[in-house]
Amino acid sequence: MDFRLNEEQQMLQDTVARLVRGEYSFEKRLEFSESELGFSADFWKQLGELGLTAVPFPEELGGFGGTGVEVQSVMTELGRGLCVEPYLQSVVLGGGLISQAGNSEQQERWLGGIASGELRAAVGLQEAQSFYNLNDVETRAEKSGDGYLLNGRKAVVIGGHCADVLVVSARTSGDSRDADGISLFLIPADTEGLERRTYPTIDGSKGCDLFLNSVQLGPEALLGEQGKAAEVIEYQTGRAISALCGEAVGAMEVACDLTLEYLKQRKQFGVPIGKFQVLQHRMVDMMSELEQARSMAILAASVADEPQSDERRRILAAAKNVIGRSGQFISEQGIQSHGGIGMTWEYNFAHYAKRLVMINHQLGDDDFHLEAYATLLQAS
Amino acid sequence: MNLNYTTEELAFRDEVRAFLDEKLPGDISAKVKGFRRLSKEDHQRWQKILSEQGWYATHWPEEYGGVNWSPVQKHIWDEESSRYGAPRSVPFGVNMVAPVIIKFGTEEQKQRYLPRILSGEDWWCQGYSEPGAGSDLASLKTRAVREGDHYIVNGQKTWTTLGQHANMIFCLVRTNTEVKAQEGISFLLIDMNTPGITVRPIITLDGEHEVNEVFFEDVKVPVENLVGEEDKGWTYAKYLLTYERTGLAGIGISKAALQHLKELATRRIKNGRPLIEDPSFSQRIAQVEIDLMAAGISNLRIIASVEGGGMPGAESSMLKVRGTEIRQTINDLARRAIGPYAIPFVEEELDLDYEGDFLSDENAAPITPQYFNNRKLSIFGGSNEIQKNIVSKMILGL
Repeated sequence: MDFRLNEEQQMLQDTVARLVRGEYSFEKRLEFSESELGFSADFWKQLGELGLTAVPFPEELGGFGGTGVEVQSVMTELGRGLCVEPYLQSVVLGGGLISQAGNSEQQERWLGGIASGELRAAVGLQEAQSFYNLNDVETRAEKSGDGYLLNGRKAVVIGGHCADVLVVSARTSGDSRDADGISLFLIPADTEGLERRTYPTIDGSKGCDLFLNSVQLGPEALLGEQGKAAEVIEYQTGRAISALCGEAVGAMEVACDLTLEYLKQRKQFGVPIGKFQVLQHRMVDMMSELEQARSMAILAASVADEPQSDERRRILAAAKNVIGRSGQFISEQGIQSHGGIGMTWEYNFAHYAKRLVMINHQLGDDDFHLEAYATLLQAS
Repeated sequence: MNLNYTTEELAFRDEVRAFLDEKLPGDISAKVKGFRRLSKEDHQRWQKILSEQGWYATHWPEEYGGVNWSPVQKHIWDEESSRYGAPRSVPFGVNMVAPVIIKFGTEEQKQRYLPRILSGEDWWCQGYSEPGAGSDLASLKTRAVREGDHYIVNGQKTWTTLGQHANMIFCLVRTNTEVKAQEGISFLLIDMNTPGITVRPIITLDGEHEVNEVFFEDVKVPVENLVGEEDKGWTYAKYLLTYERTGLAGIGISKAALQHLKELATRRIKNGRPLIEDPSFSQRIAQVEIDLMAAGISNLRIIASVEGGGMPGAESSMLKVRGTEIRQTINDLARRAIGPYAIPFVEEELDLDYEGDFLSDENAAPITPQYFNNRKLSIFGGSNEIQKNIVSKMILGL
């Protein structure tokens, strides 16, 4: 048994680490975040030039054919830098859905660009009423001519404000919350009837709600088999959960480092506050949470690209449950260990704290995944 | 044993409710209930209404214009005004510096400052914490050196809540460096318009400007602004902190926040049903409601004991810890209740006069910022760790 990265994986992670260290100071991140795009076009370009946006894609697309471990290597470093680029949305989710479900024409049209970073995708899978249940789809796609007419609304589409193409779920048959009858559509950003309400997010990136007002699509927009998208969505969000675990671990590592550093340098009552046992124990609890999260991230990565099974479902639900809880714990306890300074905009810890709590709201929170796990619980 | 209010107390509660029904402006209570920003003007408008009713200074003796309510009456007031969504009075003047002036101030100070607090003419802020003196408050370094009729003040205060609105600040300053830390501190009243004072905003992680840094550079403060005796400020500071601690548990606010959470969970949908009917979520709400019930009774036990002439002891520190944890849990659940909509930061919807469509729920936008903002509850007013130290020293005998 060996839990270490192999040489190539380590080199990959080091490459991302160097890039993030060089380009992504805390001050620059605030600038990127406050810009109209909401991230750095230049940094995104560099991710593309170094082949990092191609990591999960096959070699003919310039990629590594990377699986969960390679994707996590990238995401962990993006998490350490608190990077706001839509890697998860475009490369992992958008690219993943098109890779799995797309026909050769669709793959040809979109994947090369997504892998090189020249095109960006975003995914609209959740809705105002869906909470985290991605089978809860009320957006309708009706047959119209030889294509489809879409009406509805997709909620909290991170990166949707600047995507070239949106991958959106809509119901072609069945009732709300039926797994059967959900279809995926590829919608170029300039399609008529597609409206956005764009907003910044709590954790410094940007997203939008998508309003589909009689969006007329041709037959080429259907991604995968009509009515059979639920499995594809479940599989790809599983990959994304693994990737998000990597990001969370990276962010938690820095949050713990910053807190420990503060315990060493902050003096009260004539000693560094780290001398107080109550704070030592809290720090140890934070690091134990990080270790738990690390373990589950590794486990998630190991199944991310395996064929679907209840075992894969269980592991990914467990992993997301653990990182949701450990992220929030490290966020809250890290703030408490810092005192007021941990809550200020000017200090980077606060931004890690926000990202960690928001990760719990992406792709299902710890409650949602606890329930998911419970339904898959094995009696023996 | 009798856990009920007396007939007189019930009558008082009716009077409070009638007053709130009639006088509390709807726009203000809507802001409070929806966790929205209150402007300086909102605070002042409500203060004026309270002053006219004679109910602003609940802690003061009647001779200075207070109402001198009993502990139970104050509790009824807290409970009802939270329930109605009345703003809590900004405490620094009326509930913090005023009791110190009343107990330790000169007759001139009382005549000068108390009426100005009642009328709202002065807005006070608190100059206690410093960058190097947080939990270890007695290590504060802001220096006041006497020169003739003045003190010359140099140093820096921080976490000064709503200092941007204030025209007066009460400060702990070091007047003697030769003695033990606690013995060289004095309590000064300083006009914020004095030359040499600079206020710099601190933006918190939710993007709000609530706290500030205050810098003092050769600030001349007349000696008559010293409260009590020079170098005895620590005694007054501690007296003030006991006032600060009462009410920090925020039981009334938690009850209102819990109500808000239940309404929210009734509107939010999960699997086609109201979230409040979801078994695991309703259990989470139930758990915090049970904890709040226990804390509420603990609070009443403290109040009854004070009403009977006792002094609040370790229990009020325990209650500060539990009360703040409960409020933070309620904020956490509200954030969970909006699911993916916890992520957007829809700043325009934080303003009550926003007239556009709400992204998800009329009360969603402030929820995540509020959750992060209220991490302060376990930090300020003596962090929860400091409260536990206080309890340990008082009762463990170790």
